[in-house]
Amino acid sequence: MHIVDGALSIPVVAGGAVLAAAGIGLGLKRLTIENIPATGVLSATFFVASLIHVPLGPSSVHLIMNGLAGLVLGWAAFPALFVGLLLQAVFFGFGGLLVLGVNTVNIALPAVMVHYLCRHGIGAASPNRAMLWGALGGALAIAFTTAGVAVALALTGNEFVPAAKMVFFAHIPVMAIEALLSGAAVLLARRVKPELFGALFQEKSHA
Amino acid sequence: MIPGLDQGEESMGVIGGIDPRIRVVAAIVFAMAVVSCRDMAALLSGLAAALGVLVLARLPVLPTLRRMVAMDMFVVFILVMLPFTMPGDPLFEFAGFAASRQGLMRAVEIGLKANAVVLALMALVGSMSSVTLGHALYRLRLPENLVHLLLFTVRYIDVLHQEYLRLRIAMEARGFQPATTLHTMRSFGYLVGMMLVRALERSERILAAMSCRGFVGHFPLFDAFRIGWRDWVFAAATVLVCTLIVALEIA
Repeated sequence: MHIVDGALSIPVVAGGAVLAAAGIGLGLKRLTIENIPATGVLSATFFVASLIHVPLGPSSVHLIMNGLAGLVLGWAAFPALFVGLLLQAVFFGFGGLLVLGVNTVNIALPAVMVHYLCRHGIGAASPNRAMLWGALGGALAIAFTTAGVAVALALTGNEFVPAAKMVFFAHIPVMAIEALLSGAAVLLARRVKPELFGALFQEKSHA
Repeated sequence: MIPGLDQGEESMGVIGGIDPRIRVVAAIVFAMAVVSCRDMAALLSGLAAALGVLVLARLPVLPTLRRMVAMDMFVVFILVMLPFTMPGDPLFEFAGFAASRQGLMRAVEIGLKANAVVLALMALVGSMSSVTLGHALYRLRLPENLVHLLLFTVRYIDVLHQEYLRLRIAMEARGFQPATTLHTMRSFGYLVGMMLVRALERSERILAAMSCRGFVGHFPLFDAFRIGWRDWVFAAATVLVCTLIVALEIA
């Protein structure tokens, strides 16, 4: 979900940049000596995951996995996903330069929201229940991201509203895919290495 | 290696000799100038200027142009919809819907802006190594731990991509073929989960190895950026080009 430069109005681009800077700042406060390597390696993992194409009928979609990123990283998802978007823009030409703030907010804010909404469920006693919360988080993150894109477009001008609505509904299959994948990923991590959702990036409210 | 994401390679050519900090700032100034314009002549000269920088950067021309044109499907969809959703003078009709001239112009305008900015960004900044980019951003006063995060990410993208390919080969050796099935979704989910688990374990080993070498939370960032006469000439040229583009817009 990379919006390109030139599509959004200047106030929307500036507002996105301010929000992104605030979110990145909050995330950076949580980066300590102990978890900078972990955040970097996990950020690289989500970058590689975004290269995976999942077949969807005759076409295919690439993964975003921002719900899972939020569940693992908390607020650190903001700088981690920003770094990914920056590298994609500079080296692959995805998205744009000035819209980087808006794109960061659209991907990372849903990650943080999912962290607060679903993180406690990931710690549930039964791994199957954790899987359901993981699936919910995966679907919600894409729903919020698509809604964020639609809001950015609608704030720019009414001419974008019909297309923005259609983009939201067109992403329902993507929500389903991300839900299934996030659920399966959570189930595996809960069985193999529950510390993935452990204390490293836990936000204070669940402590 | 993921194509395009070089860690050590610096591109040669005129752009390669310019100070990385100047290149980053030039890309931002150029993007602001182009995005603020609406006039076709101004936008076309912006795209021409970006093409000129591409030649000076000596990046492979065709692959870079292919990357420039590639956009997310949803952006393409929104641009195609614009003539039909924007009110204005009807231009033509398609399946009973009238397309407006204003909408078409707006879509062309966005397409030109997006491509000019992305092309200039790839030519100016994408032509430096990702490590140099990290150092340039640090010298431009980005927070130190954000730069460290960037350098860590860049360092491990390739490692993890290799790991991903190994896991995919292991899956394919067991007869996995992706399709739109529940089995595929679960397998891909396990794949991502496994990559996360391995990434966390790898980061524990990295931290241990770094701690015993005295890592205290930051690396010394050595670089020898020096601004010389070429950099000033390049900066002046950037300002001149941006001023010309904006002048075309106002005229």
